Amino acid sequence: MQNIIEVKNLTCIYSRKTPYEKKALDGINLGIEEGSFVALVGATGSGKSTFIQHLNGLIKVQDKKTMSVSVGGKSLSDKKNLRNIRFEVGMVFQYPEYQLFEDTVAKDIAFGPKNMKLPAEEIDKRVRKAMEVVGLDYDTFAERSPFDLSGGEKRRAAIAGVIAMQPKVLILDEPVAGLDPAGREEILLLIKKLQEEVSPTVILVSHNMDDVARLADRVIALKDGKVVADGSPKEIFADRELIKESGLEVPTATRIADRLRERGIDLSENIILMSELEKALAEKLEDRNV
Amino acid sequence: MFRDVSFGQYYPTNSVVHRLDARVKLLLSLLFIIGIFFIQSYFGFILTAAVLIFIVIMARLPMASVMKSVRGILFIVLFTAILNLFLIKEGRVLVHWKIFTITENGVHTTIKMTLRLVLLISGASLLSLTTTPVALADGVESLMKPLTLIKVPVRDIAMIMSIALKFIPTLFSETSKIISAQKARGASFDTGNIFARAKALLPVLIPLFVNSFRRADELAFAMDARCYNASEKRTKMKKAKIGIGDIIAMLFMCSFFVVIILERYYFPTIGINMDQLIFGGLV
Repeated sequence: MQNIIEVKNLTCIYSRKTPYEKKALDGINLGIEEGSFVALVGATGSGKSTFIQHLNGLIKVQDKKTMSVSVGGKSLSDKKNLRNIRFEVGMVFQYPEYQLFEDTVAKDIAFGPKNMKLPAEEIDKRVRKAMEVVGLDYDTFAERSPFDLSGGEKRRAAIAGVIAMQPKVLILDEPVAGLDPAGREEILLLIKKLQEEVSPTVILVSHNMDDVARLADRVIALKDGKVVADGSPKEIFADRELIKESGLEVPTATRIADRLRERGIDLSENIILMSELEKALAEKLEDRNV
Repeated sequence: MFRDVSFGQYYPTNSVVHRLDARVKLLLSLLFIIGIFFIQSYFGFILTAAVLIFIVIMARLPMASVMKSVRGILFIVLFTAILNLFLIKEGRVLVHWKIFTITENGVHTTIKMTLRLVLLISGASLLSLTTTPVALADGVESLMKPLTLIKVPVRDIAMIMSIALKFIPTLFSETSKIISAQKARGASFDTGNIFARAKALLPVLIPLFVNSFRRADELAFAMDARCYNASEKRTKMKKAKIGIGDIIAMLFMCSFFVVIILERYYFPTIGINMDQLIFGGLV
């Protein structure tokens, strides 16, 4: 598959030449394939937010000569591309429900498509489609105030506001933060559905390694603004040294498997999902029973 | 957008000047400013500039940080300078061209006025460059304490002040977050006429207000849960103490002030003119 996102030599320094100077990104080079589900992980302050904001031009490339970010072959340094790229790269920020502002849910979701200058019927179609995908019934919710919804509903409305633009790439910054287990599950399932129905390429910023193991087919770990690990979840979580060095954790299933192995139960080293653990243990039990 | 705005101008170097008591710095800044208003001679301005540079060096601040605040009032300085230069008609005429007259007195007043303004602003900016807003608010509270006698709710005012100050950075980062989020949905804030632009701000202002009210509610709740009561006598976790450094700073600034006063009122009576001594016939 072709790379939809190309990042070359990206470095970003905040508050240059002041006592607050901070290098947020340090020489990042990577490509993201069209149709992939990438998890971006790393401790707080590792540069994840700065990185994703470069991908739709919210933060500008500081040195056009040496660095570049391009989406679908179009460079973000070129001002003409900027607006279109914003519509191609949908960005769901942390706690997106705090950005709702219109007096009805439908109007809020229509904000993006309206800025795209789409015809009214198309906007209406997209709003309905977006609400359907996130699981908000149009007749029930369209005319309600977004401020009267429950926490989970607000978040889904906010996500609908981004996917109504039908971006090719969807970036989500910790989309399940602050939700209860049921709410988390709903949003995670929703993200998978979004990838299938709306945005083929997904970049998920997450601190939860269980979610990462379950959803992603590629994990990129940042530390102090540098890429310290890049590979499939199985590869990344198998390298315990690397996990420790990058300030990450392994998924719960891996941790349980490690403990069981310490106690003499011979389990495979590359278990990262609960379902895999379940299967492995069931096999062990069967062996014993035979 | 607001990423580079570090609130206020506080410039952390943890120098001796930074560590001075905020109340002392407030009062001494006031003394410095009053002193500047008493200056009439070039000697006084040179002395003040020397004191200022000395403080900047002691505070380990880059000269540029002080100059930055002067840049803010550059227009006013130039404006007063031009007015003074052309409108003062007394004294020996130096240049005369059509309706424009520049006199010797005019030149002197212009130079002195410019120096006065620049020194004033630099002096005042030293306070905010070396003191955190929170320390400053605490200092103001402490200095306002006598006003409780005439029933001014000093403690409430102080609490409101420090809460407001503490939330400014939060508001800044929140504003920039909301702006980013709406930009990501294709909002643009720099196109169209003034009405279009004002309207474009609504998607930012509404969430900002909603969130601020929510946060205020939460804060009130949290304060209530900790039994906050404005009428009780409160104590400080970090009690400011006057140290040896503060006393040295006071002595230093007071002697500066005394020299300025003496030079203006006493020296002429005993026939000393510092400007004559230094510049000879030039002035």
